Amino acid sequence: MYSDTPTDVGEIDSIEGVSPEELREKMLDGLPSKTMRKRAKQILTNDPDTPPEIAANSRTVPGIMTQRGCTYAGCRGVVIGPIHDILHITHGPVGCGYYSWQTRRNLAKSPEGAANFLQYCMTTDMQEDHIVFGGEKRLAEAIREAYALFKPKAISVYSTCPVGLIGDDIHSVCRQAKEELGINVFGFSCEGYKGVSQSAGHHIANNGVFKHMIGLDDHPVEAAPFKINVLGEYNIGGDAWEIDTLLRKCGISVLATLSGGVTYDEITSCHQADLNVVMCHRSINYMAEMMETKFGIPWFKVNFIGAESTAKSLRKIAQFFDNKELKDRVEEVIAAEMAALRPVQTEIKARHKGKRAALFVGGSRAHHYQDLFADIGMETISAGYEFAHRDDYEGRHVLPSIKVDADSRNIEELHVDADPERFRPRLSPEAKAKLVANGFTFSDYRGMMSEMKKRALVIDDISHYELEKLIETWKPDIIGSGIKDKYIVEKMGVPCKQLHSYDYGGPYAAFTGAINFYREVDRMLSSKVWSYVVPPWVKARKPLAVAAAEDAA
Amino acid sequence: MLDVTTATVSDRKALRINPAKTCQPIGAMYAALGIHSCMPHSHGSQGCCSYHRSHLTRHFKEPVAATTSSFTEGTSVFGGMANLQQALVNIFSIYDPEVVAVHTTCLSEVIGDDIPTIIKKSREEGKIPDGKIVIHANTPSFVGSNVTGFSNMCTGIVSYLAEKSGLSNGSINIFPGWLDPSDMRELKRLADALTVPFTLCPDTSDVLDLPQTGVYEMYPKGGTPVASIKGMGDAIATLALGEFTAYPSAQKLLDMHAVPFEKLDAPIGLTNTDNYIDALRRLGDVEVPAWIDAERGRLLDVISDIGQYFHQVPVAIFGDPDMVVGLTRFAIELGLYPKYIFTGATGRAFETRIKELLGDKYPDTVVRHGADLFELHERIKGEPVKLIFGNTYGKYIARAEDIPLVRFGFPILDRVGHRMFPVVGYRGAMHLVEKISDALLNHRDRTCAEEWFELVQ
Repeated sequence: MYSDTPTDVGEIDSIEGVSPEELREKMLDGLPSKTMRKRAKQILTNDPDTPPEIAANSRTVPGIMTQRGCTYAGCRGVVIGPIHDILHITHGPVGCGYYSWQTRRNLAKSPEGAANFLQYCMTTDMQEDHIVFGGEKRLAEAIREAYALFKPKAISVYSTCPVGLIGDDIHSVCRQAKEELGINVFGFSCEGYKGVSQSAGHHIANNGVFKHMIGLDDHPVEAAPFKINVLGEYNIGGDAWEIDTLLRKCGISVLATLSGGVTYDEITSCHQADLNVVMCHRSINYMAEMMETKFGIPWFKVNFIGAESTAKSLRKIAQFFDNKELKDRVEEVIAAEMAALRPVQTEIKARHKGKRAALFVGGSRAHHYQDLFADIGMETISAGYEFAHRDDYEGRHVLPSIKVDADSRNIEELHVDADPERFRPRLSPEAKAKLVANGFTFSDYRGMMSEMKKRALVIDDISHYELEKLIETWKPDIIGSGIKDKYIVEKMGVPCKQLHSYDYGGPYAAFTGAINFYREVDRMLSSKVWSYVVPPWVKARKPLAVAAAEDAA
Repeated sequence: MLDVTTATVSDRKALRINPAKTCQPIGAMYAALGIHSCMPHSHGSQGCCSYHRSHLTRHFKEPVAATTSSFTEGTSVFGGMANLQQALVNIFSIYDPEVVAVHTTCLSEVIGDDIPTIIKKSREEGKIPDGKIVIHANTPSFVGSNVTGFSNMCTGIVSYLAEKSGLSNGSINIFPGWLDPSDMRELKRLADALTVPFTLCPDTSDVLDLPQTGVYEMYPKGGTPVASIKGMGDAIATLALGEFTAYPSAQKLLDMHAVPFEKLDAPIGLTNTDNYIDALRRLGDVEVPAWIDAERGRLLDVISDIGQYFHQVPVAIFGDPDMVVGLTRFAIELGLYPKYIFTGATGRAFETRIKELLGDKYPDTVVRHGADLFELHERIKGEPVKLIFGNTYGKYIARAEDIPLVRFGFPILDRVGHRMFPVVGYRGAMHLVEKISDALLNHRDRTCAEEWFELVQ
């Protein structure tokens, strides 16, 4: 029987002679007082039983070297960008469109004969005239030109910072284009300055996808007994393909993955699923909630990163459908996959058991990847998200107590009602009650802190300065982070795995992905590079003090 | 790959597809990294700083330190002064640079933040510690391109820092324009060889090409020292290596302190390098050491040895204008046939200069400024080339059309050669000859009929 009951996770005492509390003080010490007061609420020692309140999703102090990006990046770059058969037009000066062109590894494979539009970067490349006199005409013209060349099913438009300031009404331009061209055209007011990080962009993207795509196509999808959507999975390094393959082996059909490797048609018909499973809670929980309210699709959190987590997630899905055949099939698949994985895991675990990782990334990866490291006996001594909210740290039970600040108020909360015709509860109240009575949780995410060790350092929106202090003091064996930190960390002699782009490797999801990751961590931790730093002649050099003593003698 | 593109050149007025440029601030950030102990600061939303740092990091595979004013919606309404002031306090107390180089973004430009006033006020209020320097450049993203941003920051560096004591220091200023650290290193090696005292500004060598030492230094030993920049007003002359990224700051120095300048094309290839060496010789009144003759001779020798494979081979060149101008001349020297010469930046000076270089021998060459890679691909589909020179984004066209790509310019996100080997100077030219011949002959070896597959070439 599947259960979500947590297990004991242990405690961190001192590392390299420095306790978590002392390291925290060290990080805060060097900061100007106002900055220190703010950071003190974002750097905490963990308590898995009663996670302390963390000041997540608050503004980054200006001048702090942060990992964070902007709202546009979260909307166009993360959530919508991966849809590969619609056109994405960035309305703004050239940079924003340019930087979001193929830099995030959301891989996509087009069906035979169809083009992959992700190879095309489109922008209105606004010039000074458009800033002064308005850019709506240019946008309308750009949409027309794009349609004439590409004949897409849909066009999506994104506002950048100056567009919001000069007041271009992209939504009315989109409405007119929709009428004129007879295809779906919609816009996102995702100006970079909205919100405090990418996270605001995720929310705006969820709203737009829900309003403009979800539920458009009621043509029955292929008949299958177990139809699900995987939400919050972006196919970085082919992860979505790995998850898809695994689920199909078990007899579970994925209607749509939001939004890795997905097509427009898959999104518009995915409201016919029986279940939504959520990978990245931060970026897509809004969608899961809205789809449940409108269509009656239940959701729960899964994690296909890590062998144990993957097995657990599969069992939870099987339990949800409560079908003997499916449960047996899932157990067979897990057994077969584990049989292939175990020897690799055992071999690599023997080499690296007890080594330490620290993870600072994303809105779920800093949590998910702890499971992969745990698979090979490594402990996560410190972790934090780049743009998550309190619920991602402390669990969704804190949602009612989260204060809505000025930045969050800017982001529209869609009011959603049950669809009068299409709302259909997927489980009878009795079946649901039975599952819940047995420890099954719906619509929940317990957050990262409940699964981290007691007194592990939890650092939200880590700054470069704090990362340096962490490395100097606790000397972790590996850091998981992003491109901006990678070479800082590696210059300090510590291997750094990019957990946004996977350093162009992967997939790391599901069982095959886990094997790839174990091998990659093994490669990084066994690398000889760091041992060659000192040249032989420097090693041969006498320390100055010894040389001086010899000279004196 | 790029399946929608056809051989018909589309008539577009508003839609840019696959740009061959990006926006100003990244250039300003890169230029500022070429000052010793300098923190580039992006005055705008966090995303700008994050995108620029990420992109520079992917090109150099090195740490790129830069900070941001982290604008929110409130900042956009009330102006960015409070954010910039708070940023300055944090930057100086936490990261302790000698210089903070502020550049604007489209957001702060549209709001109309007056950076000099904010700097002045911050200084008066003690938010900038004594002895520390804050400079700025306006880099609106809706004007010009990445090269404009680089140039604007170089001009900012000159405006804020260059001084004139009235006594000549006998030195030559070398304004390299936007080159890689490996190129800056090569320019210095050649200038050193001539024993001319010089200041290279900016200079990103030993900043963005660091050794692995096990120690991270936020401000490594490289970068032009502020003291040297101050002395630029006392130099005997300035060499500006490029119309777009070096000339404007040289003009500024002339206007401010009457330092004369010579404008040269980027020293890529034989003649352009000759011009660089010879200008240093004339201005410094020195002799060129014989080993430079020999190095030059080795380049000529390899060109004569391999030149048969280059003769009249049609090529496409795209990238930032100064780099493309430099390379076009070298392509002509090698006997290649430059069929398409494209830049995403706007500037008639580009077309004019390229047409001067081409003369009347290349009647069907298409020269375009303010163009994009979608158009380049359309034209290549119409009339193909055998080789493409350009940044990493060219790899999509290269794969779609099975044309070899020689990576050249910025950014190179997927290979490492540019980090170690220059493209400027005779050695850079030799490196390019190797890359071009490898690309052409590897392609031939891979695609020719078996009976024409030859051991010796």
